[in-house]
Amino acid sequence: MELDELYQSMILDHARRPRNFGELAPPAVRSEGYNPACGDQITLYVRKGQNDTIEELRFTGQACAICMASASLMTVQIKGKPVREALRLEREFIRSLTGPDDLGPALGNLRALAGVKRFPQRLKCATLSWHALEEALNQPAGPSEGGGPQG
Amino acid sequence: MVNRAFLSDRTRQDFPILHQSVNGHPLVYLDNAASTQRPGCVIEEISRYYREDHANVHRGLHALSTRATQLYEAARTRVARFLNAAQPASIVFTRGTTESINLVAASWVTARLRPGEVILTTEMEHHANLIPWQIAAQRTGAQLKFLPVTGEDGAGVDWDRLERLLDELPVRFLAFTHISNSLGCVNPIARICQAAKKVGVITLVDAAQSAGHSPLDVQAIDCDFLAFSGHKCCGPTGIGVLYGKSHLLEQMEPYQVGGEMISSVTYERAEWKPAPHRFEAGTPHIAGAIGLAKALDYLDRLGRPAIESNDHLLGRLAYERLRELPGIRILGPRQDRAGIVSFQLGRIHAHDLVAYADQFGVALRGGHHCTQPLMRKLGLSASARASFYFYNTTEEIDRLLNTLRSAADYFGA
Ligand SMILES: Cc1ncc(COP(=O)(O)O)c(C=O)c1O
Repeated sequence: MELDELYQSMILDHARRPRNFGELAPPAVRSEGYNPACGDQITLYVRKGQNDTIEELRFTGQACAICMASASLMTVQIKGKPVREALRLEREFIRSLTGPDDLGPALGNLRALAGVKRFPQRLKCATLSWHALEEALNQPAGPSEGGGPQG
Repeated sequence: MVNRAFLSDRTRQDFPILHQSVNGHPLVYLDNAASTQRPGCVIEEISRYYREDHANVHRGLHALSTRATQLYEAARTRVARFLNAAQPASIVFTRGTTESINLVAASWVTARLRPGEVILTTEMEHHANLIPWQIAAQRTGAQLKFLPVTGEDGAGVDWDRLERLLDELPVRFLAFTHISNSLGCVNPIARICQAAKKVGVITLVDAAQSAGHSPLDVQAIDCDFLAFSGHKCCGPTGIGVLYGKSHLLEQMEPYQVGGEMISSVTYERAEWKPAPHRFEAGTPHIAGAIGLAKALDYLDRLGRPAIESNDHLLGRLAYERLRELPGIRILGPRQDRAGIVSFQLGRIHAHDLVAYADQFGVALRGGHHCTQPLMRKLGLSASARASFYFYNTTEEIDRLLNTLRSAADYFGA
């Protein structure tokens, strides 16, 4: 069934049991992703460490399986990585979901989301957490409360 | 009443679009609250009009323009008869419910309300019957107040509270939906409008979900305004109706200005035509109006009382069957529901459920159904919705159930 391509077992597993699910207190920065069309909503928390690495990141939210799994896979994939590398991965991920190329080996487990290419109406679900990541990484680290725009 | 949907046998063959496969399965179209399908006679009439009669209306003196004008005005008369309006001049053609409501918000409410006065509506309204009032309240300094939706799963509004609210608050205007597009509840419109009229409050009924489904008699209901869309009652997209009591329409300034709506123009000023043409600036959707008239003929041949009981039967059956599913939460009242059933199945997100059902040819809606504040109030970011029309069968409810059962397995709900 074509649907199995979209909902690979890795996707269903991460959607049911999202990794790195939860909040982080300031000075972690916070960003929101919201897709009004279907109600996907994700809040991402990112704490940078020494040498501009992503020391810790978590997310909460209510969203469809594709969106949850994409957020969960993203956190696993980029935790501990330098910011520069995370942003490179983001660009590569979005480029291969929207362009003609397959999802390459550099993307690791994110390749489980390859089925989205056949369901263009789900592209926003798959990329929501990544847009939130970019926004979080572009924020100055806030020693203050809250941080980040309110959704 | 027979315990079987009784109109599908007679009507399915009239709807060419229903006879197709989607993803290898016969189409089960259950997204009628978003838009219904059209019978062949409506599609034919639109194409016949373009092949034989088209020209601009109210301008030319030649034969085609005369014919087009006659057909367009006959469509207005047809709509008036459909609603039992006292005269065709009470019928304004618009793009749809949304534009009809915006017209009233701009030309009546914004022009007349004063700071502190109240626009009253309910918590179950479609964004089209909410945002225009938010803007009108901002522009006039009026307050926007809401009749609350009660019950954990959104049973509806407690209309017994209306009279007291009308006594307590300086209400000038009351806007509410006849049938809720997300809860499926049916509001007692005649009782509401009469209570409002007693205290001089002007009423607007959003009939988007009811015009093609229930008998509507604007004189018996005694509403001041009523809005509906052609595409939700077997007609074309891009055409809709605003009914307004004539003395109100006559007092209102135009909503848009330009050609077709003026009686005389100088370089400095213009004078408006009387209603309804005052509100129809520019070339209207002539084919849309003519197609809509054909759709209304079709509906009245079936009979709206029959359509209504068929709807309620499908709605109740779907509600009872869906309740069998473990972990299901169904929105709306248990009793007196229209053919609209919104639900949340276990922890499956509506978006996943709709994508899954689509793979089996079952067309559902998933999302907030343009009632975001209501979904939030009910603690949901989205829900799935099945909505029925007279061409749907009880077998299609079986297909829906089988699909939902296998979705529950698939997603491990
Ligand atoms: C209750 C209700 N009101 C208003 C509308 C808006 O109708 P339209 O988009 O045709 O203007 C809808 C359509 O979804 C509706 O269900």
